[in-house]
Amino acid sequence: MVITISQLIIGSVDLIAAFLLMFGLWRMASPVTAPSGILVAGVGMLVAVVASFLYVFTVDAAAKPHLPLNLALAAAALIIGAGAAWWSGRKVAITAMPQAVALFNGMGGGAAGAIAAVELFGHQTHGAAQLIVTLLGASIGSISLSGSIIAWAKLDALLKKPLHVPGLQIFNGVVLLLCVMVGGYIAFTTVGGAAPIVAMPQLIEIFFAIALLYGILMTLPIGGADMPVVISVYNAFTGLAVGLEGFVLQNPALMIAGMLVGAAGLLLTLLMAKAMNRSVAKILFASFGPGKKRKQGAIKGSLKPVQASDAGIFMRYAKSVIIVPGYGLAVSQGQGKLYDFVKLLQAAGVSVKFAIHPVAGRMPGQMDVLLAEAGVPYDLIVQLADVNEEFKDADVALIIGANDVVNPEARTDKTSPIYGMPILNADQAKKCYVVKRGDGKGYAGIVNPLFYAENTFMVYGDAAAVCVSMTEAVRGMGAPAAAA
Amino acid sequence: MSFQISIGGFIAVYIFMVTAFAGWVIIGRVPAILHTPLMSGSNFVHGIVVVGGIFTLLNASTPLEQAIGFVAVLLGAGNVAGGFAVTQRMLAMFQTSGHAAHATKHPKHAKHPKRAAPAAVKSISPKKT
Repeated sequence: MVITISQLIIGSVDLIAAFLLMFGLWRMASPVTAPSGILVAGVGMLVAVVASFLYVFTVDAAAKPHLPLNLALAAAALIIGAGAAWWSGRKVAITAMPQAVALFNGMGGGAAGAIAAVELFGHQTHGAAQLIVTLLGASIGSISLSGSIIAWAKLDALLKKPLHVPGLQIFNGVVLLLCVMVGGYIAFTTVGGAAPIVAMPQLIEIFFAIALLYGILMTLPIGGADMPVVISVYNAFTGLAVGLEGFVLQNPALMIAGMLVGAAGLLLTLLMAKAMNRSVAKILFASFGPGKKRKQGAIKGSLKPVQASDAGIFMRYAKSVIIVPGYGLAVSQGQGKLYDFVKLLQAAGVSVKFAIHPVAGRMPGQMDVLLAEAGVPYDLIVQLADVNEEFKDADVALIIGANDVVNPEARTDKTSPIYGMPILNADQAKKCYVVKRGDGKGYAGIVNPLFYAENTFMVYGDAAAVCVSMTEAVRGMGAPAAAA
Repeated sequence: MSFQISIGGFIAVYIFMVTAFAGWVIIGRVPAILHTPLMSGSNFVHGIVVVGGIFTLLNASTPLEQAIGFVAVLLGAGNVAGGFAVTQRMLAMFQTSGHAAHATKHPKHAKHPKRAAPAAVKSISPKKT
């Protein structure tokens, strides 16, 4: 009786939770409804977690004696895991968001892998189909765990250079093949009842070790610029692993939530790859950046430095200014100071827009979040496809901390590593100001000919400091006029 | 009467297919401006794996299973709590010009109701609304 009731409650609550999670994501379609969307999803998650403790009434006979300890362990793990992640999630800087997402994603993959490990070690799977799905979920979850940790380390600049070893891709292929073979052997011997050449627990350990190793090896050669795509891929992987383990545990809520994220991750990956005009296969299996040596053609023109105050005053008298913010702005924490300057321009009647490249920042949409953090209203923020036609009518393009996303080489130079990438046509504006720390190269490691163009002027300095100087210059000229 | 859920192989494939389709449609509606919160939000959603972790840990009968089950719940809980915390934080930052804090600076936007969808926010999905 108790078993029936608890099953009924868990079944109903999980159904509600699955609906709320989907509905929450549905509400993410607009910045207006999105904040309530995450709350809706949060409620769904909370009730599902609370209801899952009703599983105490349905545990196996073998686990009955261990129930008090298991319950204590579950509560402890829940409190420690959730507490630590909540604390770090509240504290983490918005600039460090990609790392945080990578880390939390890896945790999910690890959890799915761990569930699969318990199923495999405990011989709790029934039948060939369940065993194969468990193995599949185990390998995908493990790859997601180790891969996400490497992605986190790269984004957090703990790992600086992408690894370029000749033949690594072939070696990785062999490792993946080995993983499939060991998994197949486990399935074959278990289903067929044959004795494996290596004892089964060791075989399972080897299987997990290979899968984890593959995740590491697969991520190491990928450059930092491609990390967002990688995170999205691993997000999809974790979702898939969770969905597969949901089937093994006969839990439709896990299946639905997992597969939902699997599809979401796949779509986001494709959108991102499209924004960079590169195929997903190329990103994952061919390396990018400093690995390939290329002679860049001679660049005509020279770098023309100007003072920040001159640039600021020029913009004050412009009709329209389009700002192209990049990661350099975020690094100097200059978003708020930039918005102060923008407010001054707006007060003077200048039309100001922020043009956002899909991969501005270290993650798609990260620049939007960073500007939102600084208080920039989202109706001033315009995406690439909607703003690109407007550059030719703009008086000034202010490029601040961005580089590769405005490199015209992407349109013209077929030999460039970024050739074909959609860029913001800042070079078509009547005048370009480029705020930059020095003459360094962008993330892709190439020189930007835009900086040498006739109508481009360089404002050297830290983005935040430049914004302050520009603001002061415009305020300074406004004050006497107001007094008079 | 039993409420034991039992999902056979084919039913599972059907569930996966329909869900994948739903996921594609749901995510396709999200504008590029929200892609970072979306990624962390979907990251939060697969945190439901913690429910599977709790099930597994409660059913553990050997120290090894208990240890791995503990790790599963620990990681799953981290996924859920961290994913929610960062997503909620990011989404709370998005405001329009119509928002009270900026209303005085932009009089032309002040008249718009807060809920007016700004023209700037467009979905880059194939399906436009």
